[in-house]
Parts: sequence; C-alpha cells; structure tokens
Amino acid sequence: MANIISDETIEYVGILAKLELSEEEKEQAKKDMGSMLDYIDKLNELDTSAVKPMSHVFPVHNVFREDVVVNGDDRENILKNAPEQKKGSFEVPKTVE
Amino acid sequence: MDLLSLTAVELSKKIKAKEVTVIEATKAVLNQIDKIEDKINSYVTVDKEGAIKRAEEVQKLIDDGSLTGPLAGVPVAIKDNMCTSGMLTTCSSKILENFYPTYTAEAVLNLEKAGVVIIGKTNMDEFAMGSTTETSAYGPTKNPWNTEHVPGGSSGGSCSAVSANECFFALGSDTGGSIRQPSSFCGVTGIKPTYGTVSRYGLIAYGSSLDQIGPVAKDVTDCATILETIASYDKKDSTSVAREDYNFTEALVDDVTGMKIGIPKDYFGEGLESEVKEAVLAAAKELEKKGAIIEEFDLRLVDYAIPAYYVIAAAEASSNLARFDGVKYGYRSEDYNGLHNMYKKTRSEGFGPEVKRRIMLGSFVLSSGYYDAYYLKALRTKALIKQEFDKAFEKYDVILGPAAPTTAPKIGDSLSDPIKMYLGDIYTISVNLAGLPGISVPCGVDSKGLPIGLQLIGDCFKEKNIIRAAYAFEQTRSYTGPFDK
Repeated sequence: MANIISDETIEYVGILAKLELSEEEKEQAKKDMGSMLDYIDKLNELDTSAVKPMSHVFPVHNVFREDVVVNGDDRENILKNAPEQKKGSFEVPKTVE
Repeated sequence: MDLLSLTAVELSKKIKAKEVTVIEATKAVLNQIDKIEDKINSYVTVDKEGAIKRAEEVQKLIDDGSLTGPLAGVPVAIKDNMCTSGMLTTCSSKILENFYPTYTAEAVLNLEKAGVVIIGKTNMDEFAMGSTTETSAYGPTKNPWNTEHVPGGSSGGSCSAVSANECFFALGSDTGGSIRQPSSFCGVTGIKPTYGTVSRYGLIAYGSSLDQIGPVAKDVTDCATILETIASYDKKDSTSVAREDYNFTEALVDDVTGMKIGIPKDYFGEGLESEVKEAVLAAAKELEKKGAIIEEFDLRLVDYAIPAYYVIAAAEASSNLARFDGVKYGYRSEDYNGLHNMYKKTRSEGFGPEVKRRIMLGSFVLSSGYYDAYYLKALRTKALIKQEFDKAFEKYDVILGPAAPTTAPKIGDSLSDPIKMYLGDIYTISVNLAGLPGISVPCGVDSKGLPIGLQLIGDCFKEKNIIRAAYAFEQTRSYTGPFDK
C-alpha cells in the first residue's frame, strides 16, 4: 500500500468528522483510507494542469431570491423531532462553564 | 385480469373507466406486501391505514372530475430519503430512526397533486451509500428474482417493490447509479434525469452536485409519464433548471430511423460478464434492425470516473451529513459528557460503517493540505469527463451500453471489498459526473435467471432521445416479472 495513514491523521480526521472511533474502527479506517487513496491516486495519471475545476455541470453561479418567509410557524411540529426540548427551544448540554 | 400485473398508466385508465377502484388497487398492493414482504424487505415503513384513507379521498376526487391525470389513483412507494410530512423518514439509518418531517419533498408533492396513493417508504443503502441495499440499518432487501441475491442499490427497495408488485411504481434517487443499477438487477425500468430536472427540495442530501430523483417502473411509458409529473422548476432548489420542454411522453414513439447510437468500446472490456455483453449487443442489433445507425467509438477516461466520483461524493457527504448532530432531530446518544462529546457519540452510534468510511474520506480530502491534491483534482477530472461526453454527443444521439458489468451478486459477496463494490458502478457513475440523463431497460436474463439491464445515455436535456430509443427497443420484447418465470 503506497498510502500509509498514521495514527495522528486518523485522530485528526476523526476530529474534523466529529466521529469517535474505537481502536478497532481506527485500525480499519487506516486500512480503508489507505487503499481508497491508493485507488484515487490513479487520477495523477491525468495531466489536469490546464483544466479548471468543475463544481457544477451547468454555468450556474450564485442563485439569489428575495428573503421572504413563505412557510408558516411550525414550531410545535418541528420541536416534536427534538431529542430534548425546553420552553419551546432545542435543549443541548451545557456549553459554557 | 391480474390487477397487479398492470402498469401504472394502464391501472389509472381502468380506474377512470370505473373498471377498478382506487381502494381495490391499494388493497391488492397491501395484500401482496402481506404475502411476500417478510421474504423481500422492500419497505422500511408501510402506512396501511394512511394508504386506505388516501385511496378513499382520491377515488372521490376522480369521481367528481377533479383528478384526471395519467397517474391518478395509482399506489406508489417512495425511497426513504425523501421527506414525507408526518411519515417516518429514516434514510435507512439509525440516526434518523425517529424522524418525522414537517414538510414533503417537492417531487413527492408533485405526485400527490397528480393523485397517487403513497403506500410507504422503501429500504435503501444507509444515506444512499452503497450498491446493494445491504448497508441499511433495517436489514438488507432481497432480490425478488432470487432472494439469495441483492436487489442492487442504493434504491434497492424501490426497485424490488416494483419488481415484486408491492407497488405500481416508485421514486428512487441516483447519485452514482442508484436508480439504474438496481433497476437492472431487478428487471425494471428506471430513469436518472438530467441534473436539475427534478427538484431536490426535501431529498436528504448525499452528494448534492450529483443527486437526482427519478422514476422506477415496469415500462418506459410509465417512466416517461412519471418523469413528466415530478419534473418542475423549483425556487427552493437553487440548482433546479427551468427547462423549455417537459413533455417527455411525446417521445414514446416506436421509431428510431436514422438515430445515431454510439457504443463505447471501453464499456465492453475487462470485468464485463459475457452474458451481459451478449444481451446488450443483441439489444443494439434490435435497434439497428429498426433503422438506427450503430457505431463503436472510444469514450476515453472511463477508468477515472470512479476515483473522481468517490472523492467528490465523499467530500459532499462529509459536509452534508454534518447536520446530523443529535440536536434538532433524530437519534441522540444516551450517555455523553458535554456538547462535543454528545455530537461525537451520537454520530458514532448513529451512523453505520459505510457512512463513517465516506465521512472520514470526505473530511480528509477536504482538509487543509489535501484539498488541492484530491478534491480539486477530482473536479478537474470531472471537467475532462464532461468534455469526453460533449465530444461523443456531437456525433451521437444516444450512447448505448450495459447498466452494470454483472447481474445481481449474492448477498454478502460485495461488502467484504469496498473497491470491488465501487467498480460495479463503472458504467453509471460518469453519467452523474457529467449531469447527463440515463435509463436502464430490461434486455434479458442470464443463465442463473437474473435480469440484465441495457443502459441508454443521452446528452443534457435530451431525455427524449433515450426515451424514444428505450421505447422502440421495449416494443421488441414483452415485460416479464420475477413471478412470470
């Protein structure tokens, strides 16, 4: 395998991805990511130096619209989905000490 | 008359002619579900009571003349990544095990306006990440043709439900082949429209620049009719395109005289099963007999589509799936220590292995230091792939090839080797990268008795070409379902 993924990299990517992996999952992730990157490295065979990155297939850039509220107040139904709620708001664990 | 063997358009005609009622059709589907669902597992949710209540309402609206469209009264299934107001929508993930959307996806709303009856929500690979429907948190779906085999994926439940007569048609979504490949494996017809044709509003995003909703049905006529119904310009989806022409059913003409069809030699190389190859080339011959001009050509860069796709899709997924954090909806871990730990625990417990794998890869390719080398490189490759298709469509009206290199693999065979599973999408993935429309139509069965799909690819906004070619080909054979053997 050409791409060796270090423990630090997996740790760092785990922070970016907000995932807590078990030791076993980390080992698997190192292997999986390494072999995926080996495979993805095939793209380096292509000379793309003169090619612009294409994020959208059609020439669409920013699409603006007036900021007008069209949907009604659905607070009650929306809050029904909340794992925890309090006084008409989403409840989260304490964030500031 | 066997009610369940009717197509959606045929059924709606009979309902309007008062030969069948909407309730009868709905109950026939629900009975079929009772009979075989424990063997197939097409659905995550079946809403029996809701369906019967809705069937009664729709019948009234047909009787009083307010509903006259070609799909009025037809029982349908919706892939479980499209929001349905008040109906459980899980994306086949534990993290959405208790999510009841407060609004309905635009495409589904368009169907409801046309008078369909929603039976339930179909199983899929978790967050549409997979090619077999085995990564669902609610158990795998089985192929109705042979329950030891997968139905394909990620819209596996939609395709198996149509194939097994558990609905008259279904909606699926296609990010890298997720409508066309399972349609091929289940012997049904499915269209992935040009990017921007069907609103993505209410479709739970996986790879937003690639995702499109499309129909899965028993024949080309149904597919064109459904597409005509669900396609619309929608301000709520900023990538929605206002098209000049939505009259897809106009293309249901048995005439391909002079149509130029290109066969990419690169689609017939290593990895393609010989029985699939023979069936697809025989289909090309049929179109040639009808007056189409068939020619082989070189479509370059085929081998680069999958690596480019996995970078782009994983990058977009890692960003899109950041919203699942246990705050506003869905699963929240029981046991955590502070906010950040709650996010991490919730996501780690709520997502399955394939989803985590793609989020990790996506976070990596977008991270500082790797962004240019991986993410931008993939977007440049995408531009080159698009150019190759542009060149091909200067010469051809339609590109013809297989939908998948094999017929449906056995359950359990694909998951052990992710890259092998990804390679199964080699003929479908580049179509998403280039934003093109594609259709998969049944074109035979192999010696194991499993269906083979023919894929027809059109230029952007040229759905009519592929619909016409598919319709003309379909006239040369009759539809067979898994129970007609």
